[in-house]
Amino acid sequence: MNLQEYKDIFHNGVWKQNTGVVQLLGMCPILAVSSSVVNGVSLGLATAVVMALSGAAVAPIRTFVPNEIRIPVFILIIAVLVTVVQYLMNAYMYGLYVVLGIFIPLIVTNCIVLARVEAFASKNPAAQSAWDGFSMGLGLTAVLAVLGGMREIFGHGTLLSGIDLALGEGTKNWVLHVVPNYNGFLLAILPPGAFIGLGLLIAGKNYLNLRAELKRKSGADVSPLQASPATN
Amino acid sequence: MKRIARSTLQTAANLVFFAAIGTAVLSSTFFLTHDEIVKSEEAEKLKLITQIVPPELFDNDVIQDTLTIADDPLLGNNGNTVAYRARLKGEPSAVVIEAIAPDGYSGKINLILAVRANGELAGVRVVSHKETPGLGDYIELPKSPWIKGFDSKSREVYKDADWRVKKDGGKFDYVAGATITPRAVVKAVNKTLQYFASNREKLFVVNTVPVSKGKEK
Repeated sequence: MNLQEYKDIFHNGVWKQNTGVVQLLGMCPILAVSSSVVNGVSLGLATAVVMALSGAAVAPIRTFVPNEIRIPVFILIIAVLVTVVQYLMNAYMYGLYVVLGIFIPLIVTNCIVLARVEAFASKNPAAQSAWDGFSMGLGLTAVLAVLGGMREIFGHGTLLSGIDLALGEGTKNWVLHVVPNYNGFLLAILPPGAFIGLGLLIAGKNYLNLRAELKRKSGADVSPLQASPATN
Repeated sequence: MKRIARSTLQTAANLVFFAAIGTAVLSSTFFLTHDEIVKSEEAEKLKLITQIVPPELFDNDVIQDTLTIADDPLLGNNGNTVAYRARLKGEPSAVVIEAIAPDGYSGKINLILAVRANGELAGVRVVSHKETPGLGDYIELPKSPWIKGFDSKSREVYKDADWRVKKDGGKFDYVAGATITPRAVVKAVNKTLQYFASNREKLFVVNTVPVSKGKEK
């Protein structure tokens, strides 16, 4: 219960074990809703909320649930929480609910939620579990935001389009037209664009990791591209 | 034997217990949010309807003044759809009908049309479609004003042969390279107007049994 522990959990969720670019769990929503920043961030945050709640809900009961039926019970809890989030979004963020549509109920089937509940919340206290779920969710949100931003700029030449669906009519003029009179680039909007973008993100993350490691080893800031190939 | 039976029962009881808690949480959320959900769905519907039926055309509660339409080959719908009737001082002024263009480039195109009592189109909108993004999607209003080309057209003004895209000798614009999409929409709109012409009286019949507020489904 010390600060360092929470810091570690956070670092683990957002960077080291990032669900989007390291664990590669939850591909279905990543590829489907990352067509714009607003869609990506909204679904990412919804997932983070579900993960935090399910972590908090599973951890206190982890000792009562018989081992044989823990998976059905966990899935039941996650499904209930997702449906609650879905009702709330339907009631208070209707526009966004329509846009995200089928992907909200599909949070249940996102392996990352069950994976964290099974791997972390079923072995740790409630507060840490909630924090772990939320950090993992934030990591996913970050990937969705960057990927959504890339696809939106290349595909439509805008950023933050559809923000009024999430934050209300008043924010309509927040939309940035990065490239004026852009004709659109179909590949970025269609699913292959998501695969290519995700591939680039993974490569970027590996590059940064490698650079940090080389720096740690040699003490100098060397670019991994110039360094000799890794020994392994 | 007895021990196995007991542990099985215990496990089952455990699952039932969690299922009961889950159900309780879900049903209370459902009841807490239900009114709000109905309200936002109606607001959204009204927003769509007022886009194609000018507000000065009606003073009734359009959302509640509904009529169930059975499926009809002219509308292309599968199963019942709901029509909304706009009235001004009790007189029928327009009806909002859903229709489906079955022959889009990639599947069905769902349309919503408002037809004035005199058979003139008040407006047409695409509700959902799967046409190619960036190519066939100019039938959507945010992408292009193409769909507004239907405004105030009727089968009086345009004869049957005019209800085609210009490439096929009709009166409607199209974008080169994406003709299948507008062709399907124009055809569906024309067929809906034919449906309206032959069902006009039926469409404006006043509900004898008032539809209850907040009706589900």
